[in-house]
Amino acid sequence: MTAMSIPIGVTVNGEDHEFAEPLTVRQLLERLALPCQGVAVAVDGAVFPKSRWDEQVGRGWTIEVLTAVQGG
Amino acid sequence: MADLPESPANGLPPLRIGDREFGSRLIMGTGGAENLAVLEEALVASGTELTTVAMRRVDAAGGTGVLDLLKRLDIMPLPNTAGCRTAAEAVLTANLAAEALGTTWVKLEVVADERTLLPDPIELLSAAEQLVDAGFTVLPYTNDDPVLARRLEDAGCAAVMPLGAPIGTGLGIGNPHNIEMIVGAAGVPVILDAGIGTASDAALAMELGCSAVLLATAVTRAKQPPLMAAAMADAVRAGLLARHAGRIPKRFWAQASSPSTP
Repeated sequence: MTAMSIPIGVTVNGEDHEFAEPLTVRQLLERLALPCQGVAVAVDGAVFPKSRWDEQVGRGWTIEVLTAVQGG
Repeated sequence: MADLPESPANGLPPLRIGDREFGSRLIMGTGGAENLAVLEEALVASGTELTTVAMRRVDAAGGTGVLDLLKRLDIMPLPNTAGCRTAAEAVLTANLAAEALGTTWVKLEVVADERTLLPDPIELLSAAEQLVDAGFTVLPYTNDDPVLARRLEDAGCAAVMPLGAPIGTGLGIGNPHNIEMIVGAAGVPVILDAGIGTASDAALAMELGCSAVLLATAVTRAKQPPLMAAAMADAVRAGLLARHAGRIPKRFWAQASSPSTP
């Protein structure tokens, strides 16, 4: 088994996911049926700006996808 | 509102925060509403032009409903940092909100504990300094402490938002004198935030010289939210008018208002 065949494991909003093939942040959102408008992405506790959403998701990333909800 | 064209109440200045003007001086929160339909009715009845939202994890089912609602009603969303306990958390949340909503405005909340939800002044001031430096328009939810309010203004905040009483208590304005002292010293708008229970509390805030009132629970958890929203809108307006009109001095003895000779 080569390193490339190991699935890409990430945590998104507290849930673990595995993907067989490399994918971008934008593709990840689509795959999980999450909206791309009106949301922000944080990776490992830092803002991951929209300008980088076409970059590939890294192994082991902890990803938070946030939006505005009722509050305050 | 039944406004006659010649009404002396016309021509009162709009609320100015940063580089924006607002016709309404009632800022609404969206927390506590039973559902989006009730929230919509309340927001419309309030006449608000600026409304807070919180940042939380998105789920596929919930989507971006509140944002869509505010957009449809042409209300500017004001993201808050509710739930943050440290300056670092609040700065990250503000940056995420900017990314999600495309606004650099933030209602800065850094609370010390869940029981009181009182602002942590040290973390709050630190977060305010960092966000102002990063170019944000910062509206901090603060204690009713005139010294802290001054420090927040000195840090470059666009407004200061002292509490009347702890969030969600509906206890009204616990220390009106502190609010007056904050207003007296402030060069930026003072917005009474938190503690409002009913319309007279909102009117009092404006009579004390506040530039606006921010409330959520008093409306969203009222038995009839749209009715209370309308009451708050009228109260804020009445308080503003009374403030501008200039109240009479208080006296100990009666003073006849009719001529004293027959």
